[in-house]
Amino acid sequence: MKVTIKYFGLVAEAADKYEEVLELNGALIASELKAQCLNGLSIADKDSVQIAVNQNLDDTTTIKDGDEVALLPPFAGG
Amino acid sequence: MSRYNRQIKLTEVGLEGQEKLRNAKVLLVGVGGLGCPAAMFLAGAGVGKMGLMDHDKVDMSNLHRQVLFQESDVGKSKGVVAKERLEKQNSEVQFEVYEEPLTIENAKSIIQQYDVVLDGTDNFETKYLINDACILADKPWVFASIYKNEGQLSVFNYQNGPTYRCVFPKSTRQNISCEATGVLGVLPGILGTLQAAEVLKIILGVGKVLSGKLKLINMMQASEQTININKRPEEVEKIRKSGIAPVYIDCDLKNKEQWYLDVREVFEQPKPKGKKVLSIPLSDLTSRYQEIPNNQEVLVFCQSGKRSKNAIEILKNEFGFHNLKNVEGGIETIIDG
Repeated sequence: MKVTIKYFGLVAEAADKYEEVLELNGALIASELKAQCLNGLSIADKDSVQIAVNQNLDDTTTIKDGDEVALLPPFAGG
Repeated sequence: MSRYNRQIKLTEVGLEGQEKLRNAKVLLVGVGGLGCPAAMFLAGAGVGKMGLMDHDKVDMSNLHRQVLFQESDVGKSKGVVAKERLEKQNSEVQFEVYEEPLTIENAKSIIQQYDVVLDGTDNFETKYLINDACILADKPWVFASIYKNEGQLSVFNYQNGPTYRCVFPKSTRQNISCEATGVLGVLPGILGTLQAAEVLKIILGVGKVLSGKLKLINMMQASEQTININKRPEEVEKIRKSGIAPVYIDCDLKNKEQWYLDVREVFEQPKPKGKKVLSIPLSDLTSRYQEIPNNQEVLVFCQSGKRSKNAIEILKNEFGFHNLKNVEGGIETIIDG
């Protein structure tokens, strides 16, 4: 199945892209997909990154073909 | 009233709405990149009372985005300068300046005196503090934050809606300010103005308030997205039961054998752990310099490297220290991990 991943803030910076389409095999829940996407990226605090599936913040959803996923770190600047 | 007639003409405002604005009290925590434009539009709209809270002083590097300040204000208190400038814009508004940081001790009692809080802060500790104090005082707050060319915006704790802890339950040490990452002045300008718009809608009781939603704006990519957020009742209940949950962000420094001197104020974070880390705020140096070792190298740091440079000058010129070295990039450059 194909899933679109959108990256924000320092996650986009670490991934060096704002968006990509991933080909995934097997059933995944959102938190597992998050771990997979962040694996290997240089981010000090991965726990603070939140995941939204189809514009809904939720890490327990099962990922489906065609889903759009967003990885959101908190921002502090002001 | 002629000054407000362009907005009174709107059906969403009218004379009744203008009266609501006149009776409203808004607290701005942080009068910087977000707070400056927000303050100007709220004062212009005729909000009755505005609290201006900032313990910082105007720096030349603020002027490209903190639009209330001028060159001649450098070195002066942000809250005091903002009040003087905003009074010239609208003398009908009552301003209260707080030249102190928001703390666990003062947060609830100050926030209780206002109807809405506008978050213009640049660090996670204060955002969680505003969040918790607003839950306890039952007030909505308008959040915005920036990372480089991107911004986040939401309204929290509005009519029992989701809070900041419902989006980000855990705090993080990655406290990256605009000073550290760089920012174009327009981005906090956009976000701060959108925050003021949310405040006006909340006061007037019109339109759709950005509650239960997190708006993401990428200025450089000209893109926008809105994420739906749900309340995590357990996060809110925890605060209601046990009060403000302080966010102590501790960290380790790279070299355990090295002496360090932290000249930041005690409330600044992250807080490094370790036997060889001294914490003496810049203002206490002349009374506590004896605590600093003078026979081995001590690395002196603050948030950005500016205050630690001043500290070294003072310790060298007034007390004869020759073993001090400045950490140019601030604490983020010496943290382990």
